Amino acid sequence: MRSLTCIVCPIGCDLKVEEGKDGELIVSGNRCPRGAAYAIEEIRSPKRVVTATCRLDLPGNGGERREEEPSTQAFRNRMRRHGMYDPRRLPVKTSVPCPKERIDELLKDIYALKVKLPVQGGTVLLANWKGTGIDVVAVRALD
Amino acid sequence: MKELRYDAVVIGGGAAGMAAALEIDAAGFSCAIVEREDHLGGILMQCIHNGFGLHEFSEELTGPEFAERFATKVAASKIAVYLGTTVTNFKAEGISESGASVKELICSSTDFGVMRILARTVVLAMGCRERNRGNVRIPGSRPAGVFTAGLAQRLVNIEGYIPGKEVVIIGSGDIGLIMARRMSWVGCHVKAVVEIMPYPSGLTRNIVQCLHDFNIPLYLSSQTTNIFGNHRVEGVEVTPMENGALVPEKAFRIDCDTVLLSVGLVPENELSKDAGVELNATTNGPIVDSTMMTNVDGVFACGNVLHVHDLVDWVAEEARATGRNAAGWLKGERPTMQVRVKAGSNVRYANPGKLDPRRDNKVYLRSLIVKNDAVLELRLDNRVIRSIKKGHVQPSEMITLNIGPKDLDGVGSDSALELAIL
Repeated sequence: MRSLTCIVCPIGCDLKVEEGKDGELIVSGNRCPRGAAYAIEEIRSPKRVVTATCRLDLPGNGGERREEEPSTQAFRNRMRRHGMYDPRRLPVKTSVPCPKERIDELLKDIYALKVKLPVQGGTVLLANWKGTGIDVVAVRALD
Repeated sequence: MKELRYDAVVIGGGAAGMAAALEIDAAGFSCAIVEREDHLGGILMQCIHNGFGLHEFSEELTGPEFAERFATKVAASKIAVYLGTTVTNFKAEGISESGASVKELICSSTDFGVMRILARTVVLAMGCRERNRGNVRIPGSRPAGVFTAGLAQRLVNIEGYIPGKEVVIIGSGDIGLIMARRMSWVGCHVKAVVEIMPYPSGLTRNIVQCLHDFNIPLYLSSQTTNIFGNHRVEGVEVTPMENGALVPEKAFRIDCDTVLLSVGLVPENELSKDAGVELNATTNGPIVDSTMMTNVDGVFACGNVLHVHDLVDWVAEEARATGRNAAGWLKGERPTMQVRVKAGSNVRYANPGKLDPRRDNKVYLRSLIVKNDAVLELRLDNRVIRSIKKGHVQPSEMITLNIGPKDLDGVGSDSALELAIL
Protein backbone atom coordinates (compact mmCIF):
# COMPACT_ATOMS: atom_id res chain seq x y z
CA MET A 1 0.00 0.00 0.00
CA ARG A 2 1.18 3.50 -0.77
CA SER A 3 0.06 6.75 0.84
CA LEU A 4 -0.12 9.90 -1.24
CA THR A 5 -1.31 13.43 -0.69
CA CYS A 6 -3.61 14.48 -3.51
CA ILE A 7 -2.50 17.70 -5.21
CA VAL A 8 -5.33 18.10 -7.70
CA CYS A 9 -6.88 20.84 -5.57
CA PRO A 10 -5.99 22.66 -2.33
CA ILE A 11 -7.97 20.27 -0.11
CA GLY A 12 -5.09 17.77 -0.27
CA CYS A 13 -6.90 14.46 0.43
CA ASP A 14 -4.84 11.67 2.01
CA LEU A 15 -5.01 8.91 -0.57
CA LYS A 16 -4.27 5.24 -0.05
CA VAL A 17 -3.50 3.07 -3.04
CA GLU A 18 -3.63 -0.71 -2.88
CA GLU A 19 -2.94 -3.24 -5.58
CA GLY A 20 -5.83 -5.57 -6.27
CA LYS A 21 -5.52 -9.22 -7.33
CA ASP A 22 -5.35 -8.52 -11.06
CA GLY A 23 -2.81 -5.73 -10.64
CA GLU A 24 -5.40 -2.95 -10.84
CA LEU A 25 -4.98 -0.09 -8.38
CA ILE A 26 -7.64 0.60 -5.75
CA VAL A 27 -7.72 4.14 -4.42
CA SER A 28 -9.37 5.22 -1.17
CA GLY A 29 -9.53 8.46 0.78
CA ASN A 30 -10.38 10.60 -2.26
CA ARG A 31 -13.24 13.10 -2.01
CA CYS A 32 -13.72 13.28 -5.78
CA PRO A 33 -13.03 11.12 -8.85
CA ARG A 34 -10.13 13.38 -9.84
CA GLY A 35 -8.29 12.13 -6.76
CA ALA A 36 -8.50 8.49 -7.89
CA ALA A 37 -7.28 9.39 -11.37
CA TYR A 38 -4.43 11.40 -9.86
CA ALA A 39 -3.31 8.55 -7.58
CA ILE A 40 -3.24 6.03 -10.40
CA GLU A 41 -1.34 8.37 -12.69
CA GLU A 42 1.04 9.42 -9.90
CA ILE A 43 2.06 5.78 -9.48
CA ARG A 44 2.05 4.65 -13.11
CA SER A 45 3.47 7.79 -14.82
CA PRO A 46 3.80 10.95 -12.69
CA LYS A 47 3.38 14.24 -14.56
CA ARG A 48 3.62 17.94 -13.66
CA VAL A 49 2.65 21.18 -15.33
CA VAL A 50 5.95 23.00 -15.78
CA THR A 51 6.11 26.77 -15.44
CA ALA A 52 9.28 28.70 -16.19
CA THR A 53 10.50 31.86 -17.85
CA CYS A 54 12.43 32.34 -21.07
CA ARG A 55 14.69 35.04 -22.45
CA LEU A 56 13.46 37.98 -24.45
CA ASP A 57 15.18 39.05 -27.62
CA LEU A 58 16.12 42.46 -26.25
CA PRO A 59 19.38 44.29 -26.63
CA GLY A 60 21.53 43.45 -23.64
CA ASN A 61 19.44 40.47 -22.54
CA GLY A 62 21.47 37.32 -22.35
CA GLY A 63 25.20 37.55 -22.52
CA GLU A 64 25.61 40.96 -24.12
CA ARG A 65 26.46 43.89 -21.91
CA ARG A 66 23.61 46.04 -20.66
CA GLU A 67 25.37 49.25 -21.77
CA GLU A 68 24.20 48.62 -25.34
CA GLU A 69 20.64 49.35 -24.23
CA PRO A 70 19.14 51.83 -26.72
CA SER A 71 17.28 54.81 -25.41
CA THR A 72 14.69 54.64 -28.17
CA GLN A 73 11.13 55.81 -27.74
CA ALA A 74 9.88 52.22 -27.95
CA PHE A 75 12.11 51.21 -25.10
CA ARG A 76 11.05 54.18 -22.99
CA ASN A 77 7.41 53.40 -23.64
CA ARG A 78 7.97 49.87 -22.50
CA MET A 79 9.69 51.13 -19.37
CA ARG A 80 6.69 53.31 -18.72
CA ARG A 81 4.29 50.47 -19.06
CA HIS A 82 6.16 47.92 -17.01
CA GLY A 83 7.85 50.14 -14.51
CA MET A 84 11.42 50.68 -13.57
CA TYR A 85 11.87 46.94 -13.35
CA ASP A 86 11.14 46.28 -16.98
CA PRO A 87 10.36 42.54 -17.24
CA ARG A 88 13.34 40.77 -18.73
CA ARG A 89 11.80 37.31 -18.73
CA LEU A 90 8.64 35.95 -20.33
CA PRO A 91 6.65 33.53 -18.12
CA VAL A 92 5.59 30.31 -19.87
CA LYS A 93 3.80 27.06 -19.02
CA THR A 94 3.22 23.68 -20.56
CA SER A 95 -0.22 23.24 -22.11
CA VAL A 96 -0.49 19.77 -20.55
CA PRO A 97 1.47 18.12 -17.73
CA CYS A 98 4.96 16.85 -18.60
CA PRO A 99 6.30 13.44 -17.51
CA LYS A 100 8.37 14.06 -14.37
CA GLU A 101 11.50 12.38 -15.68
CA ARG A 102 11.59 14.69 -18.72
CA ILE A 103 11.19 18.00 -16.90
CA ASP A 104 14.92 18.83 -16.80
CA GLU A 105 15.24 18.16 -20.52
CA LEU A 106 12.22 20.39 -21.23
CA LEU A 107 13.54 23.20 -19.00
CA LYS A 108 16.80 23.17 -20.95
CA ASP A 109 14.89 23.79 -24.19
CA ILE A 110 12.75 26.52 -22.59
CA TYR A 111 15.88 28.28 -21.30
CA ALA A 112 17.40 28.13 -24.80
CA LEU A 113 14.46 30.08 -26.29
CA LYS A 114 14.83 33.73 -27.21
CA VAL A 115 11.45 35.34 -27.81
CA LYS A 116 10.94 38.36 -30.05
CA LEU A 117 8.58 41.06 -28.84
CA PRO A 118 5.73 41.81 -28.99
CA VAL A 119 4.26 38.54 -27.79
CA GLN A 120 0.65 37.75 -26.90
CA GLY A 121 -0.55 35.64 -23.98
CA GLY A 122 -1.24 32.13 -25.27
CA THR A 123 1.37 32.27 -28.07
CA VAL A 124 2.81 28.78 -28.65
CA LEU A 125 6.60 29.00 -28.35
CA LEU A 126 7.41 25.28 -28.64
CA ALA A 127 4.77 23.24 -30.45
CA ASN A 128 4.37 19.51 -29.75
CA TRP A 129 7.71 19.39 -27.95
CA LYS A 130 9.68 16.33 -29.12
CA GLY A 131 6.46 14.67 -30.22
CA THR A 132 5.04 14.52 -26.68
CA GLY A 133 1.99 16.64 -27.44
CA ILE A 134 3.27 19.27 -24.98
CA ASP A 135 3.08 22.89 -26.14
CA VAL A 136 5.02 25.58 -24.30
CA VAL A 137 2.91 28.75 -24.27
CA ALA A 138 3.42 32.33 -23.09
CA VAL A 139 1.19 33.21 -20.13
CA ARG A 140 1.31 36.98 -20.47
CA ALA A 141 1.54 39.60 -23.15
CA LEU A 142 4.70 41.67 -23.42
CA ASP A 143 5.52 44.41 -25.87
CA MET B 1 -3.08 70.38 -8.03
CA LYS B 2 -5.33 68.31 -10.24
CA GLU B 3 -8.68 67.47 -8.62
CA LEU B 4 -10.78 64.44 -9.50
CA ARG B 5 -14.12 63.16 -8.23
CA TYR B 6 -15.49 59.62 -8.18
CA ASP B 7 -18.24 57.78 -6.36
CA ALA B 8 -15.67 55.20 -5.30
CA VAL B 9 -11.90 54.85 -5.26
CA VAL B 10 -10.21 51.48 -4.86
CA ILE B 11 -6.65 51.62 -3.47
CA GLY B 12 -4.66 48.79 -5.07
CA GLY B 13 -5.06 47.11 -8.45
CA GLY B 14 -4.37 43.50 -7.54
CA ALA B 15 -6.92 40.70 -7.57
CA ALA B 16 -8.93 42.25 -4.71
CA GLY B 17 -8.92 45.78 -6.10
CA MET B 18 -9.94 44.74 -9.59
CA ALA B 19 -12.71 42.40 -8.39
CA ALA B 20 -14.16 45.07 -6.08
CA ALA B 21 -13.94 47.84 -8.70
CA LEU B 22 -15.70 45.71 -11.33
CA GLU B 23 -18.71 45.26 -9.02
CA ILE B 24 -18.90 48.97 -8.22
CA ASP B 25 -18.70 49.80 -11.92
CA ALA B 26 -21.34 47.19 -12.76
CA ALA B 27 -23.70 48.86 -10.27
CA GLY B 28 -23.41 52.07 -12.28
CA PHE B 29 -21.15 54.13 -10.02
CA SER B 30 -18.05 55.98 -11.18
CA CYS B 31 -14.96 54.23 -9.91
CA ALA B 32 -11.19 54.61 -10.04
CA ILE B 33 -8.35 52.22 -9.21
CA VAL B 34 -5.13 53.75 -7.90
CA GLU B 35 -2.21 51.35 -8.34
CA ARG B 36 1.38 51.90 -7.21
CA GLU B 37 2.93 49.51 -9.76
CA ASP B 38 2.90 50.17 -13.48
CA HIS B 39 0.59 47.28 -14.22
CA LEU B 40 -2.59 45.75 -12.81
CA GLY B 41 -2.46 42.34 -11.19
CA GLY B 42 -0.31 43.03 -8.14
CA ILE B 43 1.76 40.15 -6.84
CA LEU B 44 0.11 37.72 -9.29
CA MET B 45 2.44 38.96 -12.03
CA GLN B 46 5.46 37.37 -10.36
CA CYS B 47 3.57 34.22 -9.30
CA ILE B 48 4.21 32.44 -12.58
CA HIS B 49 3.42 28.98 -11.15
CA ASN B 50 0.05 27.39 -11.80
CA GLY B 51 -2.75 26.55 -9.39
CA PHE B 52 -4.72 29.77 -9.39
CA GLY B 53 -8.38 29.92 -10.29
CA LEU B 54 -9.63 26.43 -9.42
CA HIS B 55 -12.64 27.87 -7.60
CA GLU B 56 -13.00 31.07 -9.62
CA PHE B 57 -12.64 29.71 -13.16
CA SER B 58 -12.66 25.90 -12.56
CA GLU B 59 -9.27 25.61 -14.22
CA GLU B 60 -5.67 25.88 -13.19
CA LEU B 61 -4.10 29.14 -14.28
CA THR B 62 -0.77 30.83 -13.66
CA GLY B 63 -0.75 34.12 -11.74
CA PRO B 64 -0.38 36.35 -14.82
CA GLU B 65 -3.24 34.52 -16.56
CA PHE B 66 -5.52 34.92 -13.53
CA ALA B 67 -4.67 38.63 -13.36
CA GLU B 68 -5.23 39.09 -17.09
CA ARG B 69 -8.80 37.75 -16.90
CA PHE B 70 -9.66 40.53 -14.48
CA ALA B 71 -7.50 43.18 -16.17
CA THR B 72 -9.27 42.53 -19.49
CA LYS B 73 -12.63 43.14 -17.82
CA VAL B 74 -11.30 46.31 -16.17
CA ALA B 75 -10.03 47.57 -19.54
CA ALA B 76 -13.48 46.97 -21.07
CA SER B 77 -15.26 48.78 -18.23
CA LYS B 78 -15.59 52.47 -17.42
CA ILE B 79 -13.21 52.17 -14.46
CA ALA B 80 -10.48 54.84 -14.45
CA VAL B 81 -7.08 53.28 -13.78
CA TYR B 82 -4.16 55.33 -12.44
CA LEU B 83 -1.01 53.22 -12.74
CA GLY B 84 2.34 54.10 -11.23
CA THR B 85 0.40 56.20 -8.75
CA THR B 86 0.97 56.13 -5.00
CA VAL B 87 -1.56 57.29 -2.44
CA THR B 88 0.41 59.30 0.07
CA ASN B 89 -2.38 60.65 2.28
CA PHE B 90 -5.85 59.40 3.05
CA LYS B 91 -8.32 61.48 5.02
CA ALA B 92 -11.69 59.88 5.61
CA GLU B 93 -13.41 62.28 7.94
CA GLY B 94 -14.02 66.00 8.25
CA ILE B 95 -14.22 66.92 4.56
CA SER B 96 -17.54 67.70 2.99
CA GLU B 97 -18.57 68.88 -0.40
CA SER B 98 -21.99 70.40 -1.10
CA GLY B 99 -23.20 69.09 2.23
CA ALA B 100 -22.07 65.49 1.73
CA SER B 101 -19.12 63.94 3.51
CA VAL B 102 -16.31 62.81 1.18
CA LYS B 103 -12.96 61.08 1.53
CA GLU B 104 -9.79 62.69 0.29
CA LEU B 105 -6.83 60.90 -1.25
CA ILE B 106 -3.60 62.69 -2.13
CA CYS B 107 -1.80 60.73 -4.84
CA SER B 108 1.40 61.25 -6.73
CA SER B 109 2.75 59.79 -9.94
CA THR B 110 5.27 60.52 -12.66
CA ASP B 111 2.56 60.67 -15.30
CA PHE B 112 -0.15 62.62 -13.49
CA GLY B 113 1.81 64.67 -10.95
CA VAL B 114 0.16 65.30 -7.60
CA MET B 115 -3.58 64.68 -7.60
CA ARG B 116 -6.35 65.20 -5.08
CA ILE B 117 -9.08 62.61 -5.48
CA LEU B 118 -12.42 63.03 -3.70
CA ALA B 119 -14.68 60.04 -3.34
CA ARG B 120 -17.81 59.13 -1.39
CA THR B 121 -16.49 55.68 -0.62
CA VAL B 122 -13.04 54.07 -0.53
CA VAL B 123 -12.19 50.38 -0.81
CA LEU B 124 -8.89 49.38 0.78
CA ALA B 125 -7.19 46.67 -1.30
CA MET B 126 -3.50 47.33 -0.71
CA GLY B 127 -2.53 43.73 -0.03
CA CYS B 128 0.24 42.71 2.30
CA ARG B 129 4.01 42.66 2.54
CA GLU B 130 6.55 40.11 3.69
CA ARG B 131 7.98 39.86 7.16
CA ASN B 132 11.75 40.18 7.02
CA ARG B 133 14.78 39.20 9.05
CA GLY B 134 14.33 42.11 11.44
CA ASN B 135 10.74 41.08 12.16
CA VAL B 136 11.74 37.55 13.22
CA ARG B 137 15.07 38.49 14.82
CA ILE B 138 17.41 35.86 13.41
CA PRO B 139 20.79 36.14 15.16
CA GLY B 140 24.11 36.18 13.34
CA SER B 141 26.21 38.39 11.11
CA ARG B 142 24.70 40.56 8.42
CA PRO B 143 26.15 39.38 5.12
CA ALA B 144 24.72 39.79 1.62
CA GLY B 145 22.56 36.91 0.41
CA VAL B 146 19.56 37.14 2.77
CA PHE B 147 16.36 37.78 0.79
CA THR B 148 12.67 37.53 1.46
CA ALA B 149 11.21 34.76 -0.71
CA GLY B 150 8.94 37.18 -2.59
CA LEU B 151 11.86 39.43 -3.48
CA ALA B 152 13.78 36.43 -4.79
CA GLN B 153 10.67 35.48 -6.77
CA ARG B 154 10.60 38.89 -8.38
CA LEU B 155 14.32 38.78 -9.16
CA VAL B 156 14.08 35.34 -10.79
CA ASN B 157 10.72 35.55 -12.56
CA ILE B 158 10.60 39.16 -13.72
CA GLU B 159 14.05 40.68 -13.63
CA GLY B 160 15.96 37.59 -14.68
CA TYR B 161 18.53 37.37 -11.89
CA ILE B 162 19.29 34.26 -9.85
CA PRO B 163 20.16 35.39 -6.31
CA GLY B 164 22.46 32.48 -5.36
CA LYS B 165 23.42 28.84 -5.82
CA GLU B 166 23.15 26.97 -2.50
CA VAL B 167 19.94 27.92 -0.78
CA VAL B 168 18.40 27.43 2.65
CA ILE B 169 14.81 28.56 3.09
CA ILE B 170 13.67 29.71 6.52
CA GLY B 171 9.96 29.28 7.12
CA SER B 172 7.63 26.99 5.21
CA GLY B 173 5.16 29.59 3.99
CA ASP B 174 3.75 29.10 0.51
CA ILE B 175 6.06 31.60 -1.18
CA GLY B 176 9.07 29.83 0.34
CA LEU B 177 7.86 26.46 -0.88
CA ILE B 178 7.11 27.79 -4.36
CA MET B 179 10.59 29.33 -4.41
CA ALA B 180 12.15 26.00 -3.37
CA ARG B 181 10.81 24.52 -6.61
CA ARG B 182 11.65 27.59 -8.68
CA MET B 183 15.25 27.73 -7.42
CA SER B 184 15.60 24.00 -8.12
CA TRP B 185 14.25 24.45 -11.63
CA VAL B 186 16.66 27.30 -12.39
CA GLY B 187 19.61 25.13 -11.38
CA CYS B 188 20.16 26.01 -7.72
CA HIS B 189 20.57 23.49 -4.94
CA VAL B 190 17.96 23.96 -2.22
CA LYS B 191 19.47 22.30 0.82
CA ALA B 192 16.71 22.61 3.40
CA VAL B 193 13.55 24.29 4.56
CA VAL B 194 13.58 25.15 8.28
CA GLU B 195 10.25 25.64 10.08
CA ILE B 196 9.88 26.70 13.70
CA MET B 197 6.40 25.20 14.10
CA PRO B 198 5.74 21.44 14.40
CA TYR B 199 3.68 21.59 11.18
CA PRO B 200 4.28 23.27 7.77
CA SER B 201 2.79 26.72 7.38
CA GLY B 202 2.17 26.30 3.64
CA LEU B 203 -0.50 24.40 1.72
CA THR B 204 -0.16 20.61 1.61
CA ARG B 205 -0.06 20.54 -2.17
CA ASN B 206 2.95 22.83 -2.11
CA ILE B 207 4.80 20.56 0.34
CA VAL B 208 4.22 17.68 -2.08
CA GLN B 209 4.94 19.47 -5.35
CA CYS B 210 7.76 21.71 -4.23
CA LEU B 211 9.65 19.72 -1.58
CA HIS B 212 8.91 15.99 -2.00
CA ASP B 213 9.40 16.17 -5.78
CA PHE B 214 12.93 17.52 -5.26
CA ASN B 215 13.85 15.54 -2.10
CA ILE B 216 14.30 18.78 -0.17
CA PRO B 217 14.42 18.08 3.59
CA LEU B 218 11.92 19.96 5.78
CA TYR B 219 13.08 20.45 9.38
CA LEU B 220 10.00 21.03 11.53
CA SER B 221 10.18 22.32 15.13
CA SER B 222 13.56 23.83 14.28
CA GLN B 223 14.88 27.33 14.66
CA THR B 224 17.58 29.10 12.69
CA THR B 225 19.86 30.27 15.49
CA ASN B 226 22.69 31.80 13.48
CA ILE B 227 23.56 33.14 10.05
CA PHE B 228 27.30 32.87 9.28
CA GLY B 229 29.32 34.85 6.75
CA ASN B 230 31.31 37.99 6.41
CA HIS B 231 30.61 39.55 3.00
CA ARG B 232 28.33 36.79 1.75
CA VAL B 233 26.26 34.18 3.58
CA GLU B 234 28.36 31.07 4.27
CA GLY B 235 25.92 28.96 6.24
CA VAL B 236 23.21 28.79 8.86
CA GLU B 237 22.94 27.06 12.21
CA VAL B 238 19.75 25.10 12.83
CA THR B 239 18.74 24.12 16.37
CA PRO B 240 15.94 21.59 16.90
CA MET B 241 13.29 22.27 19.53
CA GLU B 242 11.79 19.80 21.97
CA ASN B 243 8.75 20.67 24.05
CA GLY B 244 9.06 24.27 22.93
CA ALA B 245 12.68 24.68 24.08
CA LEU B 246 15.84 24.79 21.97
CA VAL B 247 18.17 21.81 22.28
CA PRO B 248 21.60 23.40 21.63
CA GLU B 249 23.52 20.10 21.76
CA LYS B 250 21.56 18.93 18.71
CA ALA B 251 22.33 22.08 16.68
CA PHE B 252 23.87 21.56 13.22
CA ARG B 253 25.23 23.73 10.45
CA ILE B 254 24.12 23.85 6.82
CA ASP B 255 26.52 25.51 4.38
CA CYS B 256 24.84 27.82 1.86
CA ASP B 257 25.35 31.13 0.06
CA THR B 258 21.74 32.29 0.09
CA VAL B 259 18.99 32.44 2.69
CA LEU B 260 15.36 33.00 1.68
CA LEU B 261 12.84 34.03 4.31
CA SER B 262 9.24 32.90 4.11
CA VAL B 263 8.12 33.86 7.59
CA GLY B 264 4.71 35.34 7.10
CA LEU B 265 2.91 38.30 5.60
CA VAL B 266 1.59 41.46 7.21
CA PRO B 267 -1.36 43.43 5.80
CA GLU B 268 -0.16 46.83 4.61
CA ASN B 269 -2.30 49.24 6.61
CA GLU B 270 -0.32 52.46 6.92
CA LEU B 271 -2.95 54.35 4.90
CA SER B 272 -5.80 52.74 6.83
CA LYS B 273 -4.31 53.95 10.11
CA ASP B 274 -3.92 57.38 8.53
CA ALA B 275 -7.67 57.49 8.05
CA GLY B 276 -8.49 56.30 11.55
CA VAL B 277 -9.35 52.72 10.62
CA GLU B 278 -9.25 50.38 13.62
CA LEU B 279 -7.15 47.24 13.22
CA ASN B 280 -7.56 43.74 14.60
CA ALA B 281 -4.47 42.72 16.58
CA THR B 282 -4.69 39.10 15.35
CA THR B 283 -5.08 39.70 11.62
CA ASN B 284 -3.29 43.08 11.49
CA GLY B 285 -6.12 44.05 9.16
CA PRO B 286 -9.14 46.30 9.70
CA ILE B 287 -12.06 45.21 11.86
CA VAL B 288 -15.03 44.94 9.50
CA ASP B 289 -18.77 44.48 9.83
CA SER B 290 -21.07 42.25 7.78
CA THR B 291 -20.63 44.51 4.74
CA MET B 292 -16.81 44.48 5.03
CA MET B 293 -17.00 48.10 6.14
CA THR B 294 -14.44 49.33 8.66
CA ASN B 295 -15.24 51.50 11.66
CA VAL B 296 -14.93 54.52 9.35
CA ASP B 297 -18.25 55.07 7.57
CA GLY B 298 -17.90 54.36 3.84
CA VAL B 299 -14.43 52.81 4.02
CA PHE B 300 -14.36 49.12 3.08
CA ALA B 301 -11.56 46.55 3.06
CA CYS B 302 -10.97 43.28 1.20
CA GLY B 303 -8.24 40.89 0.17
CA ASN B 304 -4.88 40.54 1.88
CA VAL B 305 -5.05 43.98 3.46
CA LEU B 306 -7.95 42.64 5.52
CA HIS B 307 -6.42 39.27 6.41
CA VAL B 308 -3.85 37.16 4.62
CA HIS B 309 -5.51 34.58 2.36
CA ASP B 310 -3.95 31.41 1.04
CA LEU B 311 -5.93 31.32 -2.22
CA VAL B 312 -6.50 34.20 -4.62
CA ASP B 313 -9.87 32.63 -5.41
CA TRP B 314 -11.10 33.52 -1.92
CA VAL B 315 -9.65 37.03 -2.37
CA ALA B 316 -11.64 37.55 -5.55
CA GLU B 317 -14.82 36.21 -3.99
CA GLU B 318 -14.47 38.33 -0.86
CA ALA B 319 -13.62 41.42 -2.92
CA ARG B 320 -16.64 40.99 -5.19
CA ALA B 321 -18.92 40.89 -2.16
CA THR B 322 -17.13 43.96 -0.80
CA GLY B 323 -17.58 45.82 -4.09
CA ARG B 324 -21.30 44.98 -4.11
CA ASN B 325 -21.59 46.17 -0.51
CA ALA B 326 -19.78 49.41 -1.29
CA ALA B 327 -22.22 49.98 -4.17
CA GLY B 328 -25.08 49.21 -1.80
CA TRP B 329 -23.71 51.72 0.68
CA LEU B 330 -23.62 54.34 -2.09
CA LYS B 331 -27.31 53.61 -2.72
CA GLY B 332 -28.01 54.20 0.95
CA GLU B 333 -28.33 50.57 2.07
CA ARG B 334 -27.34 49.98 5.69
CA PRO B 335 -27.65 46.78 7.74
CA THR B 336 -30.44 47.17 10.31
CA MET B 337 -29.13 44.59 12.75
CA GLN B 338 -25.84 42.74 13.03
CA VAL B 339 -24.69 39.79 15.09
CA ARG B 340 -21.17 39.80 16.50
CA VAL B 341 -18.80 36.96 15.52
CA LYS B 342 -16.48 35.61 18.20
CA ALA B 343 -13.46 33.36 17.66
CA GLY B 344 -13.95 30.48 20.10
CA SER B 345 -11.63 27.67 21.07
CA ASN B 346 -8.98 26.72 18.49
CA VAL B 347 -10.06 29.49 16.12
CA ARG B 348 -7.40 32.12 15.49
CA TYR B 349 -9.79 34.58 13.94
CA ALA B 350 -12.96 34.84 11.87
CA ASN B 351 -13.81 37.50 9.32
CA PRO B 352 -16.00 39.51 9.01
CA GLY B 353 -16.51 40.47 12.64
CA LYS B 354 -20.28 40.86 12.25
CA LEU B 355 -23.04 39.07 10.35
CA ASP B 356 -26.31 40.26 8.87
CA PRO B 357 -29.03 37.84 10.03
CA ARG B 358 -31.24 38.75 7.07
CA ARG B 359 -28.93 37.55 4.34
CA ASP B 360 -26.28 34.99 3.39
CA ASN B 361 -22.90 35.67 4.91
CA LYS B 362 -19.61 34.15 3.87
CA VAL B 363 -17.26 33.68 6.79
CA TYR B 364 -13.53 33.03 6.55
CA LEU B 365 -11.74 31.57 9.53
CA ARG B 366 -8.42 30.10 10.49
CA SER B 367 -7.76 27.18 12.80
CA LEU B 368 -5.13 27.30 15.51
CA ILE B 369 -4.64 23.54 15.43
CA VAL B 370 -3.84 20.66 13.08
CA LYS B 371 -6.50 17.97 13.43
CA ASN B 372 -8.20 15.18 11.50
CA ASP B 373 -11.94 14.60 11.92
CA ALA B 374 -12.49 17.94 13.57
CA VAL B 375 -15.86 19.55 14.20
CA LEU B 376 -16.61 23.19 13.54
CA GLU B 377 -19.28 24.29 15.99
CA LEU B 378 -21.51 27.35 15.63
CA ARG B 379 -22.83 28.56 18.96
CA LEU B 380 -25.40 31.32 19.07
CA ASP B 381 -25.51 32.79 22.56
CA ASN B 382 -23.97 29.57 23.92
CA ARG B 383 -26.51 27.35 22.16
CA VAL B 384 -25.08 25.01 19.49
CA ILE B 385 -26.95 25.78 16.25
CA ARG B 386 -24.86 23.79 13.78
CA SER B 387 -21.96 21.31 13.83
CA ILE B 388 -19.94 20.83 10.68
CA LYS B 389 -17.64 17.85 10.22
CA LYS B 390 -14.19 18.75 8.90
CA GLY B 391 -12.02 15.92 7.60
CA HIS B 392 -8.88 17.89 8.23
CA VAL B 393 -8.08 21.34 9.60
CA GLN B 394 -4.73 23.11 9.77
CA PRO B 395 -3.70 26.74 10.26
CA SER B 396 -2.42 27.16 6.70
CA GLU B 397 -5.75 26.25 5.06
CA MET B 398 -8.44 28.85 5.50
CA ILE B 399 -11.90 27.49 6.30
CA THR B 400 -14.85 29.10 4.57
CA LEU B 401 -18.48 28.71 5.50
CA ASN B 402 -21.88 30.14 4.69
CA ILE B 403 -24.10 31.38 7.46
CA GLY B 404 -27.59 32.38 6.41
CA PRO B 405 -30.87 33.62 7.85
CA LYS B 406 -31.85 30.02 8.71
CA ASP B 407 -28.93 29.76 11.16
CA LEU B 408 -29.54 33.14 12.68
CA ASP B 409 -33.30 32.93 13.04
CA GLY B 410 -34.61 34.90 15.98
CA VAL B 411 -31.44 36.66 17.03
CA GLY B 412 -31.33 39.92 18.92
CA SER B 413 -28.96 42.82 18.52
CA ASP B 414 -26.99 41.66 21.59
CA SER B 415 -26.50 38.19 20.13
CA ALA B 416 -23.05 36.78 19.49
CA LEU B 417 -22.12 33.86 17.29
CA GLU B 418 -19.14 31.88 18.51
CA LEU B 419 -17.16 29.68 16.15
CA ALA B 420 -15.15 26.88 17.73
CA ILE B 421 -13.14 23.95 16.44
CA LEU B 422 -13.35 20.78 18.49
